[in-house]
Amino acid sequence: MSKNRDIMKIVVVGHVDHGKSSLIGRLLYDTNSLPEGTINKVKRIAKETGKPFEYAYLLDAFEEEQKQGITIDTTQIQFQSQIRDYVIIDAPGHKEFLKNMISGAANAEAALLIIDAKESVQEQSKRHAYILYLLGIKKVFVVLNKMDLVDYSEEVFNQVTLEMGEFLKTLGVSPLGYIPVSAFYGQNILKNSEFMSWYQGKNILSSMDSIEKERGVEEKPLRFPIQDVYKFDDRRIIAGRIEQGKLHVGDKIKIYPEGKETTVKSIEYWADRDQKSQIAAGESVGITVSDEFFNKRGEIITSGSDVPYVSNSFRANLFWMGKSPLIKGKTYKIKLTTQETEGELFEVIKTMDSSNLDCAGETAEVKINEVAEIIIKTKDLVAFDSFNDSQTTGRFVIVDGYDVAGGGIIVSDEAVVHNHFQAVFEYNGLKARGDIFEEYLYNSDTFNIEKKQNYLPVYTLGDEIEVKGESFSYPSNFDVLILRDNTAIRVRNQKITSITQLSDYKHEGYPVLNGRGFEINVKSDEEVQSFLRDWKVLSSTELLSKWVVFGKYRSIQFA
Amino acid sequence: MNHLDQLEAQSIFILREAYKKLGKLGMLWSIGKDSTVLLWLAKKAFFGHCPFPFIHVDTTYKIPEMIAYRDKVSKELSLDLIVHTNEEAIKNGMGPEQGRLVCCKALKTDALQQVVKKYEFEGLIVGVRRDEEGSRSKERVFSERNKEDKWDYSNQPPEMWDQFKTDFPKGNHIRVHPLLAWNEIDIWEYIRRENIPLIDLYFARNGERYRSLGCAPCTGKIKSNATTLDDIIEELKTTTVSERAGRAQDQEDSYAMQKLRKDGYM
Ligand SMILES: Nc1nc2c(ncn2[C@@H]2O[C@H](COP(=O)(O)OP(=O)(O)OP(=O)(O)O)[C@@H](O)[C@H]2O)c(=O)[nH]1
Ligand SMILES: [Mg+2]
Repeated sequence: MSKNRDIMKIVVVGHVDHGKSSLIGRLLYDTNSLPEGTINKVKRIAKETGKPFEYAYLLDAFEEEQKQGITIDTTQIQFQSQIRDYVIIDAPGHKEFLKNMISGAANAEAALLIIDAKESVQEQSKRHAYILYLLGIKKVFVVLNKMDLVDYSEEVFNQVTLEMGEFLKTLGVSPLGYIPVSAFYGQNILKNSEFMSWYQGKNILSSMDSIEKERGVEEKPLRFPIQDVYKFDDRRIIAGRIEQGKLHVGDKIKIYPEGKETTVKSIEYWADRDQKSQIAAGESVGITVSDEFFNKRGEIITSGSDVPYVSNSFRANLFWMGKSPLIKGKTYKIKLTTQETEGELFEVIKTMDSSNLDCAGETAEVKINEVAEIIIKTKDLVAFDSFNDSQTTGRFVIVDGYDVAGGGIIVSDEAVVHNHFQAVFEYNGLKARGDIFEEYLYNSDTFNIEKKQNYLPVYTLGDEIEVKGESFSYPSNFDVLILRDNTAIRVRNQKITSITQLSDYKHEGYPVLNGRGFEINVKSDEEVQSFLRDWKVLSSTELLSKWVVFGKYRSIQFA
Repeated sequence: MNHLDQLEAQSIFILREAYKKLGKLGMLWSIGKDSTVLLWLAKKAFFGHCPFPFIHVDTTYKIPEMIAYRDKVSKELSLDLIVHTNEEAIKNGMGPEQGRLVCCKALKTDALQQVVKKYEFEGLIVGVRRDEEGSRSKERVFSERNKEDKWDYSNQPPEMWDQFKTDFPKGNHIRVHPLLAWNEIDIWEYIRRENIPLIDLYFARNGERYRSLGCAPCTGKIKSNATTLDDIIEELKTTTVSERAGRAQDQEDSYAMQKLRKDGYM
């Protein structure tokens, strides 16, 4: 084995009983990756219980799993192909064990999504696809298993492929390919099957070998979360794992959330072979710095101009695995890399059943197996990135009681949120938020767009409003639709003439704005209705790009 | 980074998490190859220091060379070593004749429970690996045991993105598994790469060697001519026999290890 072989982690997911464990078992068996003892043991168990030999038992080690013929918990197993090493992660397909599926999948770089060709696309096929998408796993092969049960039919293959393809399209996911196999009969596993000569693509193993590794985390901006600070001897060592980027002695660094500046004095090591002048992503390291100010676990060391967000709130996509729902008004523990803080659910923008993307719009809570777009508010300032920019500093878990109950991917930061629900419009029991009268500024030190925090009045019926600010200029007549608070406001001659529920709103031909002061491009009541329908099904980015114009009434000023 | 670099970095990360987040912490040290690698990784994680005690559960049936080696190394490295035996059981004549699983339970599981209670450990670092056997293959990195040391294996909490279980009721403890992702060959290649000193029972003498170390009555040797690390690695690449084939307690019953480990066995 050459020293620098790559290692690739692949999770196998899909609906219960569609053959995930069998496929892995078969792959290990055919590649002679298992000791004889392991195979003999499964043979013996099959004999003792009078059941046929199951490749799945090579993975499903628990007695309960074998007795029930079902995977309960995830496992990982190593094997090698000609070109590299693999860690294959088996995930359970039963809905009840979704938390175990996620525990497995969260470690993976790529995935095989298994679908029983005969049963076709089922609830967990879709749910798992969605979870992969949320976890940021984009390299996915869809595998149609049990082709033997459909006479290796090309037609069935095409049908199922079409059905899954349509669902994946709604997620904006395009799979690397579709592979027809029979795990049980070993067809299209290591070599192409003679029963499916109509299939011109790659078999399982060659498909796996074709997945390219993500490279270049070392080249990204530095993210080095402090794990601990040691003072075992006269050195004061800052220890942790570099998640992104690289670092040298003498580098200027900034430590967030505060943004303290210092330089790297030394890279520490114990074994001689670990002496290095450069350390990089993936390595667990220790450094000393020239300024001896107080550093602690949770802070993030960065260098260069690309710095993390610092805020007490962020917008995220979340999946919930907890038996009790995620609710407002309760304090949870939020863990983001090595940072830990108390936090709460500030707002649910929308929730979705993760298996059919049925949207429940705004609700007050997030239930088990649901995914949601939410805003989290934390007690302390946190340093983080958007998941797109940096995976490890762009994700967090929520601990409810003693257990991790939710995982989230950060979409963006939110301006520091106030402690109380801050209404801009209020009338007759209706309260609506928005930052329509706040200034948008470009901060030339941080290169970020920020909102100026000023305390604004609360408007009600009859009030005259300010239509011009530094960064906005509204007409004298317009409507505001504040979706998250289900409220519509009419402004005529710069005065508020009505504050009603959205359902009572009728378009009168005046411009329509959202709660942020952006134009919603609707010209008629029909268009308003179709916009509202889109709001229920589209992601916020999709909705904004389709309907909303930023610059019509707003601009960004230099701060 | 190659495969071993990645495993090493991850294990060090886990050790540091355990040290930071768990209260009283100890490392199980069985003298074998996995414990030896663990000790080495701890030295790397803490820059030459070992900021927790090492625990050896002595069944009194260990292969004698293991005990001699244990005492030599712990003196050389001035380890803070806790040796514990279930004296009560020994006094009452416990031994493998009573039944292997009964004996394992008394001299290992119960003994371990006694140490945990006595020193009020909140975290125990254990060198188990997924590839050793079935119930270990399903383990979490941070795995909770309740007040009776029981493992609720069919209802394990989520573990993702290296956010480990660090919240639990007082009286429970966490088994920390830094080597979970390693396999047997990884261990040997790492020992070779890092040049880690090791007990010589693993190297063949007179055509036989130990592949896994345990209690003398229940641990068999394998036929082998592997006298160097290179030989051992070469041998493992071609063998079809599993690592714990020489460990009698594993063979007692199809689910022997699952049953033992559910009750607190390592
Ligand atoms: N005919 C046929 N049966 C198969 C094939 N692959 C798997 N099976 C059978 O399908 C059943 C379920 O297989 P598993 O591998 O346990 O399915 P799984 O997806 O791992 O199930 P969970 O992990 O419980 O979600 C077993 O009885 C297998 O023998 C196949 O290619 N053809
Ligand atoms: Mg399975």
